[in-house]
Amino acid sequence: MADSESFNVNICEMGADYENLEEGELEQDSFLQYIVELAASTQSCPETLEMDVIRERKDSSSTSSDDAQGETPDTEQTSSLQRQHWSAATLKVLSSMPSRTAGQNSAAVISRRFRHPQLHRHQTSSCDSFQPSGSIQVDLSEADVEEVSAEENKMEQLASNFRGLSLSEGTRKLRAMPLSLGEKMELRRLAFSDEVKSSLISRNIPCYRSVSESISRTWRHCMFSCLPILSSLQLWHSAMKRLSGRYGTGVLSYFLFLRTLLRFNLLLFVINGLFVVFPQVVHPPCHLNDPHTPPTGLELFTGTGYLTQSIMFYGYYSKSITKTCQSPHSTLSLTGGSLVHDSPQTVPYNIPAAYFFTIAIAFFIICMILVYRISKSIGKSFHVLKSDGNLAVQVFCTWDFKLSKKSSVRFLSEKISTQLKELLSEMISREDEKSCMQRLGRLMVHLLAWAVCLASISLGTMGVYYLSENPTEESPDAFKLLHLSAVVSGINLLLPGLFNLCAWVERQDSPSVRVYVSIFRLFSKQVLKRNRKPVFDIARNVLELIYGQTLTWLGVLFAPLLPAVQIIKLFVLFYMKKSSLMLNCQASRKPWRASQMTALFISLLFFPSFLGAAVSVSYTIWKIKPSSGCGPFRNLTTMFQSGRLWAQELESTHPVLSWLSWVYNSLVDNPLFLFLASGVLIMVIYFHTQVVDGQRRIISLLEKQIENEGNDKKFLITKLQTICEQNSVVSPQR
Amino acid sequence: MGTTASQLGKDLLSEYQELTFLTKQEILLAHKRFTELLTKDEKDLPNTRIPMERILTLPELKSNPFRKRICHVFSTSEQKDGSLTFEDFLDLLSAFSDSATLEIKSHYAFRIFDFDDDGTLDCGDLEKLVNCLTGETDDTRLTPEEMRQLISNILEESDIDKDGTVNLSEFQHVISRSPDFVSSFKIVL
Repeated sequence: MADSESFNVNICEMGADYENLEEGELEQDSFLQYIVELAASTQSCPETLEMDVIRERKDSSSTSSDDAQGETPDTEQTSSLQRQHWSAATLKVLSSMPSRTAGQNSAAVISRRFRHPQLHRHQTSSCDSFQPSGSIQVDLSEADVEEVSAEENKMEQLASNFRGLSLSEGTRKLRAMPLSLGEKMELRRLAFSDEVKSSLISRNIPCYRSVSESISRTWRHCMFSCLPILSSLQLWHSAMKRLSGRYGTGVLSYFLFLRTLLRFNLLLFVINGLFVVFPQVVHPPCHLNDPHTPPTGLELFTGTGYLTQSIMFYGYYSKSITKTCQSPHSTLSLTGGSLVHDSPQTVPYNIPAAYFFTIAIAFFIICMILVYRISKSIGKSFHVLKSDGNLAVQVFCTWDFKLSKKSSVRFLSEKISTQLKELLSEMISREDEKSCMQRLGRLMVHLLAWAVCLASISLGTMGVYYLSENPTEESPDAFKLLHLSAVVSGINLLLPGLFNLCAWVERQDSPSVRVYVSIFRLFSKQVLKRNRKPVFDIARNVLELIYGQTLTWLGVLFAPLLPAVQIIKLFVLFYMKKSSLMLNCQASRKPWRASQMTALFISLLFFPSFLGAAVSVSYTIWKIKPSSGCGPFRNLTTMFQSGRLWAQELESTHPVLSWLSWVYNSLVDNPLFLFLASGVLIMVIYFHTQVVDGQRRIISLLEKQIENEGNDKKFLITKLQTICEQNSVVSPQR
Repeated sequence: MGTTASQLGKDLLSEYQELTFLTKQEILLAHKRFTELLTKDEKDLPNTRIPMERILTLPELKSNPFRKRICHVFSTSEQKDGSLTFEDFLDLLSAFSDSATLEIKSHYAFRIFDFDDDGTLDCGDLEKLVNCLTGETDDTRLTPEEMRQLISNILEESDIDKDGTVNLSEFQHVISRSPDFVSSFKIVL
């Protein structure tokens, strides 16, 4: 590449000539004249022309260039504008093409692009709809261009861009331009000289503009420092930076998911706490008549005894809140013998309705948030643009600049190298078609693995079902209660191990290995502990998190403070996992596409986990008769009834609000309305898919158009070259 | 207005904060780390330029295979030797910060990968890029045949106007397909 480098150097030195060119329409004659003049100016560097002549002679003899590196197979055609050896003039024109100078950031270049509106306006107008709005090309093409003759006015030219904008808008626009900081400061001074001075002077004097800015600043300050929980999440921010630096974005996605779950639980806790727990705590119910057995540690596991009557569980909440708790004995003593039943003063806060509506609304809000996040993350990871083949993406986007440890950097290099080699080997040598027997063998292995997994799952389910159905006649001993949970936990521990084994078996590429021999081998420790340090299994940990969250959502109906328990558990889990990771684990060798995995986690959280919990909870609220012994729904047929009763009560006390119940009856309860709503939703979805389809078609058409433009460019450059040659032949002494 | 090593004026700090994507804390931290790299004599001079070798001792850049290219891209020195002033250093951190836009990041990524600084990524640039990615050791480097195949595949996927090179727009087009780019193109002090 040394030769082309010297060409580039010459070209840069002749930069001044090009900029002094008179503007106007580049008709062919004047253009030709210009090229001839430039060719004449190469007189100053005769060695350039000599090399040129030599190279052209060499070029005519051999079709391949002397560019030894990176030859693509199709060099016979002029497929590349770089490999032909053009004359100095042509190369000059080539290197100052707008598409090539887009990569440089000097103000000189940017101002030069100002002076060719007709050249790049066509380019940018087609780019407009597809490039992001902040793109520099769009910004520049909107400017009014004046003729500029001297280089010193370059900055002023750029500064005129910002004339119509306020200081803050202009600053924001400046920030997004890829100029160096010194140039930006100079531009700002030129464009906003008065305003900058006045704002510098009056930085301490509040004027109406800075008041709003200071308000937003203090608000941001409050958000980040006042709320303690949010500030502790800021703490995790630095821990996560450290983790991602060492282990990469894959492990980071697990911790981000953990933080997301924490936020969900916090929201649930706050809603529950405000509307259900807090009113009940302030006015505790009166039925705490049972003598407390001294609390033993086992009760933390079984939830009986002391905890049954605590605020944790459903049984604590009563039908109505009483302000004061008066037992019959006390009233007797107070009134001196006469039996007066003081009706307890009730607070007008309907606990059953509050309980029911809180749970319903909390689930609804969580559902909305989840759907929103799923749509965002799926939208991010799957694109409209065609994504066949991802080698270019692999090469350009996979380097993780956050890594600072030498070993992690080495790991990433190895990982990228392995990935690239795997992808390339598939392309270089096509795999032979497996024989029929081999394919059958592979199929048998897969089927066997699936059968084992399904059998173990069904066995586990049946076992749990039978255990729970067996009635325990004697008073439930603490240990017997724990049987069921022990069995479930045991199954949960063993099954994933079994599934890992099955997956390992499936991965064996040679189906000639006999299945039972390999399973037997798997139990030996050497196979399971191949590396010295374990690898952080992201998938398994994430699934455990999702499982825990499902349990929380299932249980929140009967234990309103369960989200608080889950929050504590997630906190502890974060620090435990972090320290175990730092101490024990090494970075995974498998490639990890973080954003697609995040989309998958959120979808898994929504689809089986949240929807399953929501369905069970809805069924419970709707159909199942609540317990008559305890709880706020004691005398009702279903929990749902409490909402209806409350609505009727509301109607009778405030007839003004009767329209609410009318709305409910005609809209929510009415199947026709729901049918219409879902119809509209389906139409909207169909419309969007059609739009996406249309965009794909437009993209392929535009790509063809760009290819044609590229061919035109090549054609013109070769024509230019031949004209130059003709002229140099005509006047050889130049 | 120069930056003396001892302190950073309030006005200057605000100006830096408005014109870059860094917060005030990040700028102050950058100032602290920058002054740690200065020698005793240099601390008194305004607008000192630190040579590339010293910049590369920073732990965030030490093991990065693109460290030299990063210094060259952000350096505003006339000699093109990769030395950085404090403002260049802030430019670097701003482009690699959390809040920088995709356009800025892809612009600078393009310039970092453009090893010969000619405004496009041609075969030589791509080959050097892949060699940086795969590392130094012999067993991770690609064979010449694999390299050829890889480069032709990359050009086939990303070169839309078929001129044999990847220019900035084509590069940004490829980048937009990967949602991980913004999170991986980050350096935090």
